[in-house]
Amino acid sequence: MAYINPVSLPAIEPPAMHIPDGFVSAPVAAIGYVVAGVALAIAVRQTNRNLQEKLVPLMGVMAAFIFAAQMMNFPVAGGTSGHMLGAALATMLLGPWAAMIVMACVVGVQALVFQDGGLAALGTNVFNMGVVAVLVSYVVYWPVAAFGNGRRLLHYGAGFAAAWVSVQVAALCASFELAVSGTSPLQVALPAMMGVHAVIGIGEGLITVAAVAFITATRRDLLHLPVRKELPLETS
Amino acid sequence: MVGLAVALLVALFAPFASTKPDGLERVAEDKGFSEKAGEPPYKLIADYAFPWVDNEDAATILSGIVGVGIVAGVTFTLALGLQRLGSRSLAAEKRRDAGPRSSP
Repeated sequence: MAYINPVSLPAIEPPAMHIPDGFVSAPVAAIGYVVAGVALAIAVRQTNRNLQEKLVPLMGVMAAFIFAAQMMNFPVAGGTSGHMLGAALATMLLGPWAAMIVMACVVGVQALVFQDGGLAALGTNVFNMGVVAVLVSYVVYWPVAAFGNGRRLLHYGAGFAAAWVSVQVAALCASFELAVSGTSPLQVALPAMMGVHAVIGIGEGLITVAAVAFITATRRDLLHLPVRKELPLETS
Repeated sequence: MVGLAVALLVALFAPFASTKPDGLERVAEDKGFSEKAGEPPYKLIADYAFPWVDNEDAATILSGIVGVGIVAGVTFTLALGLQRLGSRSLAAEKRRDAGPRSSP
């Protein structure tokens, strides 16, 4: 099914959301696979040692939720849509290594079953959305949450920041990959990608905080870093 | 689990998602490199449209439900495998560290 864009571009199919084959050159794709592979190997090793039993079903549920959430495109300005990435939320519930595995599963199934994202580009997509986004989320979220002494508002703020930054950095990496592949020069792709994802990142931040708030209210034990049991208005 | 129910609910609403091009696609069109995208070598449930179903919304919902199931299954199985392998190797390590005399 196609729908005609009012700006008279050729008819567009329903959005496929990740980097397709052809946007990245062979070397970039290969490096993507290698780096993603190494990161996932480390993630497997880390979770191998530390995976608590209760995290296993949570990982399955997180993956399912992120997959579904990624299907929900919401309009952002100017004839564009965005969708949730989910790396930050996964990190806040599972910690970085388990989150990496979850994101890799989601992106992998998307590419293999739904042709969302190319097969050659799979390593690159996993790298951007599974490795970089997760690590950046963790780097932003962990210091604030850990040293914030479990204060809820700080936790939510950290979540929003982690979500927004993770989307931006993933878009940044994608821009570089496009540039190095010769698909689009950096000075063209970078501002365009960063600009649109700055807006999408706000959506990501809001959804992430909403989800974290819901989980904090219902199953606080599921959070990776502890949050104090207090009303949001208390700050002492 | 509540989470899975939420995921399924979201999948049900998927057809109402905006069909406008998303971030990367939009940039690709605006900056003129969208033609470089290659065709996938095979098509299973391409564009999140479940094959053999004529109604578009139904096709999307179905693909969403199937996708949620696949992703949940794959991730859960993988995680379970990792957890089991991990606890087994940890137990083996403990036995090794404890020395030859301390058999149960």
